[in-house]
Order: sequence, then structure tokens, then C-alpha cells
Amino acid sequence: MDNFLALTKLITPASLVALFPLLGFFVTSLFGKSLKHASGWIASGMILLSFICSLFLFLNLPTGASLNFNLLEWMKWGNITLSFGILIDPLSLVMLLVITGIGFLIHLYSIGYMHHDEGFSRFFAYLNLFIFFMLILVLGNSYLVMFIGWEGVGLCSYLLIGFWFKNDAYNDAAKKAFIMNRIGDLGFLLGIFFMLFYFGGLDFLTVNEAIKAYPINNIIIVAVTLLLFVGAMGKSAQIPLYTWLPDAMAGPTPVSALIHAATMVTAGIYMICRSNLLFAMAPHTLEVVMWVGVATSIFAAIIGIKQNDIKKVLAYSTVSQLGLMFAALGMGAFESGMFHVVTHAFFKALLFLGAGSVIHAMGGEQDVRQMGGLWKYIRITSMTFLIGTIAISGIPPLAGFFSKDEILAAAYNSHKEVWVLLSISSMITAFYMFRVFFLTFSNSFRGTEEQKHHIHESPWTMTVPLSILAILAAIAGFWGLPAVTGQTHLFSAYLKPVFEGSKAILGEAHEADHATELMLMGIAVLAAAISFGVAWKFYISSKIVPEPDSETKGFAKWVANKFYIDELYDNVIVKPMMVISDILFVLIDKLVVDLVVMATAWIVGFTGRTLRLVQTGNAGFYLFAMVIGMMILMFIQLVY
Amino acid sequence: MNLPIEQTNPQNWYLVLSTILFSIGVMGVLMRRNALIILMCIELMLNSVNLLLVSFSAYAGNTEGQVFVFFIMVVAAAEVAVGLALLVSIYRNIGTTDIDILSKLKW
Repeated sequence: MDNFLALTKLITPASLVALFPLLGFFVTSLFGKSLKHASGWIASGMILLSFICSLFLFLNLPTGASLNFNLLEWMKWGNITLSFGILIDPLSLVMLLVITGIGFLIHLYSIGYMHHDEGFSRFFAYLNLFIFFMLILVLGNSYLVMFIGWEGVGLCSYLLIGFWFKNDAYNDAAKKAFIMNRIGDLGFLLGIFFMLFYFGGLDFLTVNEAIKAYPINNIIIVAVTLLLFVGAMGKSAQIPLYTWLPDAMAGPTPVSALIHAATMVTAGIYMICRSNLLFAMAPHTLEVVMWVGVATSIFAAIIGIKQNDIKKVLAYSTVSQLGLMFAALGMGAFESGMFHVVTHAFFKALLFLGAGSVIHAMGGEQDVRQMGGLWKYIRITSMTFLIGTIAISGIPPLAGFFSKDEILAAAYNSHKEVWVLLSISSMITAFYMFRVFFLTFSNSFRGTEEQKHHIHESPWTMTVPLSILAILAAIAGFWGLPAVTGQTHLFSAYLKPVFEGSKAILGEAHEADHATELMLMGIAVLAAAISFGVAWKFYISSKIVPEPDSETKGFAKWVANKFYIDELYDNVIVKPMMVISDILFVLIDKLVVDLVVMATAWIVGFTGRTLRLVQTGNAGFYLFAMVIGMMILMFIQLVY
Repeated sequence: MNLPIEQTNPQNWYLVLSTILFSIGVMGVLMRRNALIILMCIELMLNSVNLLLVSFSAYAGNTEGQVFVFFIMVVAAAEVAVGLALLVSIYRNIGTTDIDILSKLKW
């Protein structure tokens, strides 16, 4: 009863949390012109209010309880009712805090970063709209509501990638992201239709109830989960739909940090965690999820080695880390996957914002070959970037170590071969991250004199978010201490109620003994240390600077060109599609549609040309025709 | 109080008369070239119809037809005013009202 009272008190903040960003969107988009730079502060304030709401919910939600209520009944036919409702449980709360918390910091950062941009208000309107849709995605209590948010964030991603719409290449990148996402969305949508047909409803409770009647690995459940996973592949940039994410770096850097690193791309992981019961019923799908994740993780990490654009490296690193999370989900380690989502959100947002600060200092330069020695000039950025790099490389005691270690341990306990592959992938990650760090911040400056003169530390609106994120990236790991320390894993304890059902099906993962655990940690740390050493050797001791693109040869050239996957897609899918379009253009458009349209126009024209000859201008003739006409009418009247 | 009006002449006579008047009007419209005359012929046609209406009104013993005639007369007066004004204006500009010459409005 107390729980019930406590929950009813939460309904208002739960309904409000998503409304603030929407309000902010309307204000900044409608009055952006007159608000000028105030719109940035308004937008940030709205997100801060959302964050406070989320925090309130987090602190007041009774342990083990969840709040699930419908705001309105949306569609109803037969015995199926689709309603628009909100679900607050530990899983959505974690996402809420990440989205609004990091969202607020990135809003604040953008005030400084976008200060000179003419589309300042538009930028914040889009950002607020994005946060709104992301909150809808996370808050929804049914797949349908989640799908609304899912599509909405896709739209905002498109708008923000193509934010500088005067550049054709950026627009192409935006379109690419949108179309790639559409392919995934189609899978998601088909999954929704399947669920509606077989399970008779779309809200999580109905679905979770309905699947109890099915046996494990039932073909319907496997089909539904695979379709949902296709959706996740698109949104979370997994092979084969990952190519849009690196291109999405065309957007302003805060966008890359918020949407393409911290929040939107983790929507796929959130979705699978949300449907964990469904996926647990389909071990076949989990197998697929795991292998796709592993493949993406290692593939993207390899590409990351040879990228010279600071944001591209981070983009491939994001793809790789997302692969790691999917691998965790595939092994049934849902809470480890979610834990990595959170820590990754911190350090990847930090790295992107740091990169943004570097780009800001360099006056728009993104090529690491033109940087170097920035440590001296922009100390705060360098320090925070270093913390991010260490965190992502998995060096204790920073956040990345704990979450990555958990995934690796889960892999070791269930699939040894996956553990090997993931270890290699995280070793490569450590290498290319230190590579970028050394190339950017150490040695001497390699850019032009003009750039050197321009270098300056960013304003406080940018450095404060950087510092906060750096602290979070450093300490977030302590939320999930490994068992060997004898402490409770606070994070999985918090999320436990969400994953209880699937754990019952999959069986509790058998814990490795402490010696093995320590050994695994040792290997992970050793691997990261080796990567660090190699990177140090190459880029500090030998002062190697990556060669210009034209001099890259052999395998390195393949890697630098991303294994020509884009070209492959272009030749296999895009170009045939263009040819088919051309053929259809001639056959259908020219021969059928145009023929009908042109014939209609010609008939009208011909009739007009012929009949106008009657218009002689002679009034006597008109009168005569009129009288004759009237006589004919009268005659008809008489006869009939 | 509406008393039925006694009709002294047979209804047929009125029918014949208004038919003759209407036909004269039509023939005038068709055969004359002067716009003024054509306008007058149109008036003639209108008034033949008026005559018919009044006679039928008396024949049927109600006054509605007569009321209707008043309306027609009012509208006809307005129409004539507009028509004559146009004709005067045309005559001032072109110097004629012959409809064979006024044939500029064509394809």
C-alpha cells in the first residue's frame, strides 16, 4: 500500500520529464530569432529540469517496484487496445539519468561550441527535440511508443548530421544515415506487426505474458527477435548497417557526442534489454546477436587504427564498443551490457567533447597529422581527453576497465573464443586511442603558423562539462565493482528486477572463481599496457606521423579505406538501384505516366483550339446561336 | 381582400398577342444590326412575357403573377439603364452601334 502511494506521487514527474524538452523545442524554434543566444540557456535549462525530474524519480522509486501507467487509450479494435503509456523502472531510470545528465552537459558545452554559428537557435531546437524523442523511446511502456521515439531520434539525427546543410557532402551523410536507419526500422516495424498478430498487444506486459505460452526457440519468437535485432543493427550501427555512423560525424561535434556516441546509438541495446525476456526465449537469436557484436567490435577496431580524422577514430571506436555491448547481450549478460552503455556514455561523450574542444582550438582542423603538441596550449582539454583515453582503454581504476572486464569475464565463462576475439578488439582499441592521443597532444605542433597562433583553450561552458564528464568517466566504474573485491555490484543489483525473468530462463551465469577473475583482469590490463607501450614506441619515441593518404600502400591502404565497404555497398546496392530506377523512369514514368498526362493535356488543348473558331466576335451570330439553342431546348422540353 | 378579377376577353387572345410580340422581338434581335434596336427588341420580348403573366394571373384568379411582373419590370429597368449606358459609351468611343462592326472581342 505504501508502495502504491509512493508510486502515485511519481506519476506527475514521470509525465513531466519528457515535456520539458518539448517545451524547449517549441520556444527555441518559434522564438529563436529574437532570443538569439538566450535560446541556448533556455534549452539547457529545460534539460536540467528534466534531469531534476529524473533524479527525483530515481530517488523516490521504491526498490523493486516499477511504475506503469497509461496516459491515453490510443487505438482500439477487436480485443486489441493500443495505449500511450509510460513505464518507469530501474532500466528506464538508468537511461533517463544518462540521457538527461549527459544531455544537459552537452547542451551547456554547445553554448560555447556553437556560439558563432548562425543556426544557433535551430541547433538547440533540434537538440531539445532529440532529447524529447529519446525520452519517449526510453519511457514508453509499449513497443509502439518506443517506435515513435525510435523514429523521432532518427529524424533528429538526420536533421543534425545535415545541420550545415549548405555542404552537399554533409547532406549526403545525413541521407545515408537516414536511409540506413530506415532499413533497420523496417525490421523493427515488421517485428511489431508480428507481435501484434501473434501476441495480441504491444505493451511489454502483454508481450511478456503472451510469450510464456511458447516453447524456447519457437520459430515465431526467433523471427520476432531477429526482426527487432535488425532494428537494433540499424540504430546501433552494427554490421552490416554500420557505415552510416562514421559518416554521421559530418554533424557538429556535440551532436556526435550526444547522439552518435552516448545516447541514440545505444537505443538498440536498450531495446534488447527491454525485451530481454523475449530474447532469452530465443537462444538462436542471442547467438546471432553475439556474433554480430563480436564481428563488428573487431572489424571496426581494425579500421580505427588507420583513420587520421580525430572524429572518425572516435566514430569507429563507438561502433566497436557498441559491438562489445551487443556481444555482452548475446551472451545473456544484459546488465553488463547496460553497465557498459553507461560508462561508455561517459567516456565517449567526454572524448567527443574533447575532440570538439581540440577542433575548436584548431579552428576547424580535424586531421591529427596537422596537430601535435597541443598539451602545452590546451591543458584542460588534454587532461580530460587523457582521462577518457585511459578509461576507454580499460586501465584500472577508471570506468571502462570495470565494465569491459565484466563483459570479458562473461565471455570467458561462456564462450572462450569470443573472449579471445574481444580481448584482441579491446587491445586494438587501447592502441588506436593512445595513437590519437599522442598524435594530437604530444611532440611538437605540425600545423600551420596561422593555426598555431589561433590555438586557445575553450570557454568555461565547454571546459566545465569536460571536467564533470572526466570525473564521471573516472569514478563511474565504482558503481559496479567486480565480485573479487567483496563489494556488491550496485549496478546489477539495481537492475536485477528487470532481468529476473530472463535470468530464470537462461540460468544464472556460473561465476568464475576469484583466481580466474583476477587472471582475466591481469590479462586485460596487460593487453592495454602492451597497446600503450606500442603506441608510445611508435608515436612518442619514434615520432612517427601517419603518411599522407596517397602514400598508403598494401593492407594499410585497405584499412585506411575502411576495407572498401562503402564502395562495395555502392556497387552492389546503390548503383544497381540507380540502374533499376533509370529503367523504371523510362518504362513507367515516361511511357505510362507521362503518356496519360500528356494525352489529357493534348485533348484539352485540341478541343480548345477547335472550339475557339466559333468565337468570331460577331454579336449577331452569337444571338442567332442563342436563339437556336433555346429553340432546341424548348423542343426537347416539348418532346420529353 | 383579394377579389378575382373578371376577365372579359378570352385567354386565347392574350396568348396569340404575346406570341406575336415575342416573335417580333426575336426576329428584331436576329435581323437588326443596330444595338439600340436590339435592346429595344429584347424589351419587347420581356414585355410580351409580362403580358402573358398578367393575363394568366387574371385567368387563374390570383395575384402572384402580377407581383412577379413588377419584379421583372424593376429588373428590366436596371438592365436597360446598364445596357443604354454601355451603348452610349460605345458610341462615344467608336462612333457606331452596329454590331457587325463591334466584333473585336474574338480569338
